[in-house]
Amino acid sequence: MENSIHLQYTVDGTDFTKAGEASSDVKHKLKKLNVPTDALRRIALAMYEGEINMVAHADGGTIDVDIYEDKLTMVLDDVGPGIQDVDLAIQEGYSTASQEVRSLGFGAGMGLPNMKRSSDEMKIETEINVGTKITMTVYY
Amino acid sequence: MIVKDIASLEGITTVIEGDAMDREISEVYCCDLLSVAMGGAPEGSCWCTVMANMNTLAVAALADCACIVLCCNAKCDDNMLMKAKNEGITVFSTELPVFKAALEVHRAIEG
Repeated sequence: MENSIHLQYTVDGTDFTKAGEASSDVKHKLKKLNVPTDALRRIALAMYEGEINMVAHADGGTIDVDIYEDKLTMVLDDVGPGIQDVDLAIQEGYSTASQEVRSLGFGAGMGLPNMKRSSDEMKIETEINVGTKITMTVYY
Repeated sequence: MIVKDIASLEGITTVIEGDAMDREISEVYCCDLLSVAMGGAPEGSCWCTVMANMNTLAVAALADCACIVLCCNAKCDDNMLMKAKNEGITVFSTELPVFKAALEVHRAIEG
């Protein structure tokens, strides 16, 4: 098993203003590890979108990050309602976000598409009324 | 053109100075949908928007924008100011609508 630095974050599902704390922290840590800027940006964007999704659609959740020498993996786990139609949800512009979420500038249907674009690998495991687990890997 | 030069443009005032007042501005970017801005705001850009909330700053920090110009007199609340301070992001404000503000910054960049 390769050595990695493991980080875990809890995403508060009630507060939109706190969304972004995990991605911001990871970004600062990766900067110190001299991870290339492009990968840094992709990791931060993918994780931030994941955080926003956890607040907008689930009641928060956890994020597990493993930093390896040549890649980073993140596992975003929530106990939310699950995604009804993954193929539809991953299409740009499709959104089930509430009016409140939209009024904050989100809900443009770009969350999952941005996550897919920013990561090199993305796996979505979801079950209705049980939760969603998204695993993303970014190589650098 | 660097970030602090924006303060000298007509109708644009400084709300809070960030850590990188001497940073070069790559281009102007306009968008009010945060998820779109997150995927599209170029690194080092001057982002013109009417969306004034904490998440605007989170997106600007993650996308590594050089600064934000809040247009149409959109107001920063205290929480937003605190976040800007913590993230070291420069925020400007203007009564101008997004297009006019962006055009002014763009013209200044082009010289």
